[in-house]
Amino acid sequence: MTGRLEFRDPDRARALGGALEQAVAEVGRSPVAVMHVCGSHEQAIAKFGLRAAFPRGLDVIMGPGCPVCVTDLPEIDEAFALAMQGVRVATYGDMLKVPGTAGSLADAQAAGAHIDVVYSVAQAVDLARETGDEIVFFATGFETTAVATAAVVLAGLPANFSVLSAHKFIPPVMEIVAEMPHTRVEGFLAAGHAAIITGSGVFEPFVARHHLPVVVAGFEPLDILAALVKLVQMIRDDDHGVANMFPRCVTREGNRNAQQQLWRVFQTVGGRWRGIAHVPNGNLRLRDEWAHVDARRRFTIDVAALCDRAPSTLVRQCLCGNIMAGIAQPSDCALFGKECVPESPVGACMVSSEGTCRIWHQYGGVPNLGASA
Amino acid sequence: MCLGVPGLVVELDDLSAVVDFWGVRRRVRLDLVDEPVAVGDYVLNHVGFAIRRIPLEDVQATLAIYEQLLQESAEGTREDLMVADVRSELAAGAPRESKP
Repeated sequence: MTGRLEFRDPDRARALGGALEQAVAEVGRSPVAVMHVCGSHEQAIAKFGLRAAFPRGLDVIMGPGCPVCVTDLPEIDEAFALAMQGVRVATYGDMLKVPGTAGSLADAQAAGAHIDVVYSVAQAVDLARETGDEIVFFATGFETTAVATAAVVLAGLPANFSVLSAHKFIPPVMEIVAEMPHTRVEGFLAAGHAAIITGSGVFEPFVARHHLPVVVAGFEPLDILAALVKLVQMIRDDDHGVANMFPRCVTREGNRNAQQQLWRVFQTVGGRWRGIAHVPNGNLRLRDEWAHVDARRRFTIDVAALCDRAPSTLVRQCLCGNIMAGIAQPSDCALFGKECVPESPVGACMVSSEGTCRIWHQYGGVPNLGASA
Repeated sequence: MCLGVPGLVVELDDLSAVVDFWGVRRRVRLDLVDEPVAVGDYVLNHVGFAIRRIPLEDVQATLAIYEQLLQESAEGTREDLMVADVRSELAAGAPRESKP
């Protein structure tokens, strides 16, 4: 596995590896458990075989950092039901294969529903303008992506366009995960690009309440190693602050213009996340003044018709929820790489390029887990 | 879905810019960027929107990361997941494929 550590600067990688080992040893208990909340971090960790390079006393747990994966059944079901009711649904490509109670949007498409894959919400707005068809944009993703939805709402939408928001906000779920008894997370790595919008300051209330350090990290292997060294040193020193190890991109204040647009359009409400159950303030809903572009108010979405369909036996065995909560790994799942593969995923974690199962499957099955429990 | 991609601003109007990503030109919206953008600037983009003007001193380091990623992918036998995410980002500014 170490043969895959193809860093541009192997000397620096070795130095960081040494510093990480020393910091973990100095904490004086084992394992030291930290969590990242970013699919791109897991991609880099798995691709470069970083877990093999982590010291034995360090557990790097993947948390709920995949927006596609945490989108829970009720939201998929709403989009599915709307599509089956004959409404044209546009969404990001990753959402197509995510299974709902009765099926995925790809299943709806196969059954004759009209689904459009877009790479930007702006393309969905163009589609509404060009076709004149009633279009619902099934809006998924964390705050980094929600700001784009906010921007098109504020720029003015055609009358035949509405938004089914499944957008989610990361800081509140960190509060939940920090209190989950079986994870025992001692610090968090926060996603660098998401923090471009919110700024590293968004984590300050969190560290004050939970007395856990947060380190904002880039997504290059050396960025991640350097951030882990900082995080473990902060744990060692009982330093409950926010450190920004990605200053090239992230400021304390973040992008205020984007934040203002986000909060003019959205408000936080509690909602279900896959595997985490109810997250207070974890979902982003359109504010009342945007009710006229809210698909939930424009349409009667009949999800009751889906409820008498029991999930299949395979879906009931899927561990995606526990993996999102950081209490299971893909290798714990009997379906991983067997019944559940990227071509025919059973759960959301095998669908998205940011899903832990998809990432592990891509980069050689089960990475060497070093110190994992 | 949270990965931004850097590109060079080559044309500007009030609301959007034409941005060059390694020779591929895409239209990017400027609603969200928090400071004025000029032709010749590099911006970081996500789902068809510029989210940050990259300070001049950070441009080379930022580009180098992506260039290595794309080069490794060109040499490798299979598509890398992070590269796939980058390609999705590039598709965000493309004209929508019209399907009947």
